[in-house]
Amino acid sequence: MSNHSKAKQPVSDRRKFILNMAKGVGYAAVGGFLWSAYLDEAEASPLVLRPPAAIAEKDFLKTCIKCGLCVEACPYDTLKLAEPGDHKPIGTPFFTPRDIACYMCEDIPCVPVCPSGALDEASVTKNGKLDINSAQMGLAVIDENSCVAFWGIQCDACYRACPIMGQAITIEYDQNKRTGKHAFLKPVVHADACTGCGMCEHACITEKPAIFVLPREVAMGKAGSHYIKGWDKKDESRLKDAHAIHTTTQVSKKKAVDKLNAGLEGLLDE
Amino acid sequence: MSLSRREFLKSSAAASAAAAIGMSVPAELEANAKVAESKWRWDKAACRFCGTGCGIMLATTGDGKDRKIVAVKGDPAAPVNRGLNCIKGYFNAKIMYGADRLTQPLLRMDEKGNFDKHGKFAPISWERAYDEMEKNIRKALKESGPEGVGVFASGQYTIMEGYAAQKMMKGGFRSNAFDPNARHCMASAVVGFYQTFGIDEPSGCYDDIELTDTIVTWGSNMAEMHPILWSRVTDRKLSDPDNVKVVNIQTYTHRTCDLGDFNIIFRPNTDLALWNYLAREIVYNHPEAIDWDFIKKNIIFAVGPVNIGYGFRRAGEKSITPVRPDGSAGKYDAKEMEIYNKEMSKVVSELEGPALEPYGYKAGDTMKNIPGTLKHHEITFEDYKKSLAPYTLEYTANLCKGDPEESLDSFKKKLQDLAALYVEDGRKIVSFWTMGMNQHTRGSWDNTLAYNVHFLVNKQSRPGAGAYSLTGQPSACGTAREVGTFAHRLPADMMVKNPHHRAKVEKKWEIPAGTLNPVGNQHIMKIHRDIEDGLIKFAWVNVCNAYQDSANAKHWIKAAREMDNFIVTSDGYPGISSMVSDLILPSAMIYEKWGAYGNAERRSQHWRQQVLPVGHAMSDTWQWVELSKRFTVDDLWGPYTLRNGTKLADVRQEAYKMGYKPDTTMYEILYGNERAKKQYPLALDKFPQQGYDNSECLGDARNVVGTDGKVFKGYGFMIHQYLWEEYAFFGRGHGHDLADFVTYQKVRGLKWPVVNGKETSWRFNVDFDPYAMKHAKEAGTGSQYAFYGPLAKKLPFGDLTHVTDKTKKSLANKAKIFARPYMDPPEMPDEEYNLWLCTGRVLEHWHSGTMTMRVPELYRAVPEALVYMNPETAKERGLEDGKLCWVESRRGKVKARVETRGRNRPPKPLVFVPWFDERVFINKVTLDQTCPMSKQTDYKKCAVKIYKV
Amino acid sequence: MSKIWNNYRYLILRRFVQIGILVLFFGANAWGWKILEGNLTSSLLFGKIPMSDPYAVLQMVVAGAVIASDLLIGVGVVALFYFLIGGRAFCSWVCPINMVTDSANYLRRVFDIDRAQLERSPISRNSRYWILGLSLIVSAFMGIAAFEFVSPISMLHRGIVFGMGFGWAAIGMIFLFDLFVLKNGWCGHICPLGGFYSLLGKFSFIRVHHIEENCTLCMKCKVVCPEKQVLHMIGKESLPILSGECTNCARCIEVCDDDALRFSIRDLIQNKKTGE
Repeated sequence: MSNHSKAKQPVSDRRKFILNMAKGVGYAAVGGFLWSAYLDEAEASPLVLRPPAAIAEKDFLKTCIKCGLCVEACPYDTLKLAEPGDHKPIGTPFFTPRDIACYMCEDIPCVPVCPSGALDEASVTKNGKLDINSAQMGLAVIDENSCVAFWGIQCDACYRACPIMGQAITIEYDQNKRTGKHAFLKPVVHADACTGCGMCEHACITEKPAIFVLPREVAMGKAGSHYIKGWDKKDESRLKDAHAIHTTTQVSKKKAVDKLNAGLEGLLDE
Repeated sequence: MSLSRREFLKSSAAASAAAAIGMSVPAELEANAKVAESKWRWDKAACRFCGTGCGIMLATTGDGKDRKIVAVKGDPAAPVNRGLNCIKGYFNAKIMYGADRLTQPLLRMDEKGNFDKHGKFAPISWERAYDEMEKNIRKALKESGPEGVGVFASGQYTIMEGYAAQKMMKGGFRSNAFDPNARHCMASAVVGFYQTFGIDEPSGCYDDIELTDTIVTWGSNMAEMHPILWSRVTDRKLSDPDNVKVVNIQTYTHRTCDLGDFNIIFRPNTDLALWNYLAREIVYNHPEAIDWDFIKKNIIFAVGPVNIGYGFRRAGEKSITPVRPDGSAGKYDAKEMEIYNKEMSKVVSELEGPALEPYGYKAGDTMKNIPGTLKHHEITFEDYKKSLAPYTLEYTANLCKGDPEESLDSFKKKLQDLAALYVEDGRKIVSFWTMGMNQHTRGSWDNTLAYNVHFLVNKQSRPGAGAYSLTGQPSACGTAREVGTFAHRLPADMMVKNPHHRAKVEKKWEIPAGTLNPVGNQHIMKIHRDIEDGLIKFAWVNVCNAYQDSANAKHWIKAAREMDNFIVTSDGYPGISSMVSDLILPSAMIYEKWGAYGNAERRSQHWRQQVLPVGHAMSDTWQWVELSKRFTVDDLWGPYTLRNGTKLADVRQEAYKMGYKPDTTMYEILYGNERAKKQYPLALDKFPQQGYDNSECLGDARNVVGTDGKVFKGYGFMIHQYLWEEYAFFGRGHGHDLADFVTYQKVRGLKWPVVNGKETSWRFNVDFDPYAMKHAKEAGTGSQYAFYGPLAKKLPFGDLTHVTDKTKKSLANKAKIFARPYMDPPEMPDEEYNLWLCTGRVLEHWHSGTMTMRVPELYRAVPEALVYMNPETAKERGLEDGKLCWVESRRGKVKARVETRGRNRPPKPLVFVPWFDERVFINKVTLDQTCPMSKQTDYKKCAVKIYKV
Repeated sequence: MSKIWNNYRYLILRRFVQIGILVLFFGANAWGWKILEGNLTSSLLFGKIPMSDPYAVLQMVVAGAVIASDLLIGVGVVALFYFLIGGRAFCSWVCPINMVTDSANYLRRVFDIDRAQLERSPISRNSRYWILGLSLIVSAFMGIAAFEFVSPISMLHRGIVFGMGFGWAAIGMIFLFDLFVLKNGWCGHICPLGGFYSLLGKFSFIRVHHIEENCTLCMKCKVVCPEKQVLHMIGKESLPILSGECTNCARCIEVCDDDALRFSIRDLIQNKKTGE
């Protein structure tokens, strides 16, 4: 009865406004959640290779305005803007070395045209000159199981294709004990010189490339800054990350006193 | 210093090599029959590509027509490669299955179906194709005689194909216009062997690599061109890195230099001076290093004329007549003639002046050139010593230093270090070379100069020591050289000009005495030139790509397309030669036929037909044998007069006496004769024929309609075996002994001479070579060596410039050291064309790329030919990496991308462009200069200018 | 002929401009033309003058990106331009989606879908402002320019210039939505970029002006108007259309047979109105 009468009561404008606003907020909450979830997925594409001089991926996604000027500047059609369906953050520039690798142009035409700073010219400038060798697009990684050079096949196609041959990829010589008279000529990638241009991946003669470029964050591990190579002066540069050390493990979680006072229970159990 | 066989076997380094000596029949192969029952059939074969001669195993599956190669593996039992391959070998399974394989004969026709030189290609039957061939060969014979029928032959023929072609060309058509692409790759090495040893092919074997202490490469990028051998060199270096030295002597830095203890970058053509410098160091500064006992017993000294031109056309030849006031001549413009004119005379330059002084020339003199000649005569050691006098360290270093960035002192130091390695007592040393020394305007000289140095210090024909010419093509040795598919050769080092040799061949072939043509001068460049002159009216391209691989290609293509002639190409894929042709025949590719190749260590390797050819393709053997059915005794064996006046006798009467009739076909005489049918019947129930296809002998499941319009049902006898055995006959007992056909089906190849079932690893050395043993015993000199090769073993005597005593003296069992100077090539960089151009290959691609450019992985790895140049050279011309540039010579130009960072790092004055890419047709730019003695083209140097597109 | 020109002149001009811009962008990528490089989000005119989408840059700002000076200049150029000529002129003269939604709208009229769908609009025209606000919140929250990752406008113009991928699906959805679900659904209700330009163009100079004396109340203008709420004065009062939501598409002007609508400059209109 009371419900019935309530329904008949006219709703005040103020109440209408508040309810409308609430509805809007509700829609916005649901929409915002879905939207954020989608974006979270869309940007979570760690295997994308960026043009030379791209800033860190997280900042890149923020900063790149997706105008495609770098793509237009690329003389080899290496760079593409991600299309829906590429499973890469939409509209951002990337390249797929197996299709077209970066040819490492000396004038790096793709970088200076970037209006947003997502491609940072300073990072590929050395002594006031553009230097493509300092680009860090990614890092080549070798699957030794499928690399035929590790079988003893005389290949080193990647080595010969490398624009910084002899530095980014070198050949490690090793005797082939099975045949007793041949040598292995195994390619080795050097992270300090490899730019990730992908010429090696492109040239690799296996069905699916046995050498392939990954973003450096994916491809590389990191040794703690608490240990510096005593035989390598350059390694001291890692000290810049060194910091005061605090450690906790399963056995050290409790304060010393608490542990000591916990009693001897269980200590003599067998 | 000599090493007895026993000591040799004890030495640890030899242990692995020992396994390769003697014949072993691997259990694996005997178990073959059992394997055949499983889904995949594995069978052995040789790799299709280079002269290394790696063994592979092929897996096939399917029945009849549907049997296809599905996989390949390195053959672990093969002594050369022990199961390994390079990346070309890795893709052997893919080379026959390109999307554009030629599958049926194609003829240029008009709309009515008549042959039309300017028509479009359309498919025709084999019968129609042979009608056209027959018609045009008859026309050529009528108009020009045997010299008017030419064949571009190959070092990639199987041995049996080459022999079949040789029989029909020389025995049937009586034509010596039959010369292989191997002319472009090995001819200088051959002249080197003939002049030095009197017999062709290397004295050592690949086991030298494991046995030596020093590997010196001269003009050879082994790392890319002989990757499996390079891997053995690398292993040797690793096994004893401090003692084993590797030195690379090249005109630009390349992959091979990676391993070098030091690398010498020299100015093109000056390797002649480098060799002479080494000899001078020994003779003048280290006489103690000369093994006089060896020299006296085994060596004589010799010299030949130096004014022999550059293998160009000579004045008066039809296509360079008339000479016009503007300098142009015939079909050649004035710019081209600037260089061509040097064929007749040249002015001695400042660079070569000192080197030519002992031969009576000085800088500024005009040298009148005679046509290239092989003539030479004996001289004294003193005269030889005199010829070395100019090559002081100072002169040599100034002449040879190839990198302007390098200091003269550094270069001198390297020369001295190099000399020290050759001189060092007890140090074993192998000098390897390939195209750098062969494709050379003085390639024959360069080859002999290499042996000089090794002979002087007695480091030749010994395990781990010797000068070693490596081969480019898979059967340049086996087919081109051993079978003799050259204009001037017959099987087993016999020569068409030698009446005894001709008689021996005529007898074996059962053709009338006097049939064979004694004039063998139509070498491969001459065939091109004779087409341009209008003499050759019919030409057939076999297993090569003559219109892509020949230097100065524009002239030859124009001649083929614009003149009254008929060009046929047999090929698996449509390359430039097919495009230039009037008729294209689809050829079976390597594993679609029975075959055999011979590699650079004299190893002959056989394989069986693994699968049926695609479409209507048939082997080149079949194509030749079918052609022989179209011509009879009366068609071919009448009288002819050659252009030099030589008369070929009418041998028809002689033929009738032998039992042939006027209409007996060449097929019945040369191939399907009674002895072949009787001695080599099919044996389908026995090894090796059991279970294997044999398209020529049996026909096959495709039921190809043959050249007579009927389904081809096979010859009915084992023609491959017949061809092999008849060919092998010529070498047996003459130091060229080959084993029988069936044995080769079992083993992983054997190094000839195969005597009493044993192969020979080192020739001319009595410890290892039964022939050397025999000859040394006969001679009674007690020498460790016998250089028993029979060619040019009687010489007149004289000094460096003249013959003084014409009486020919025998020098049996002796080898020769030649006095040979440094000379400039005819075209060198100048103001306008200011760079050297060197061409060659890359690891990924084989020759003109018809096969490897169709393997997707290899195509992707190296999709185009680049211009490798020094970064400074690029900068000076405003060029950038990856941008296009023009490479232009006096003869033509091509567009290609600049590469300054790649695998090849030339010094500033030189650029390198590989020739595999038909879209970067670099042979439009190169110069058709040849070594005037060997007629081998020099692709390694000409002058170009490079500028922005 | 002249009637066609009279009735469609602005439409033809708009299509010319819209397509012309795309052609220039396409040519820059495909053939290296140096007239207009990039795309609608950010571009370079004659290789010199930068132009950037202010809404995109705004999102980047809230996402926390450091904005390069080139972008700021570009934003300035674009913002000033639309501030002067009417923000939503972008929608009707530049945005390629306009061609998609216009064709949906045209088909709605042809098949008379409007009359069949009499129920009230399920979505308010103010939704775009909500979405605009939401996009900034999500941008800030996720640290990336949120709308730029889903924008079908970008997908279309980028797609035409650089390759479409599955972008067609998004465009198709908008077309079907506008055709069957809601008249002017995308541009008039949802698009936050349109919302942004509505706000930006609130004070622009170029305005459509209604002259009530000439009006015959035929209502053709309301039929073609994609934002018909802005025409509330038709037949009632001589007023300039001051709402920022007006796209300056000028369809109303060209369909009006009575010269009751025309372009004017804002100040002149006001002068006229006040009679000063």
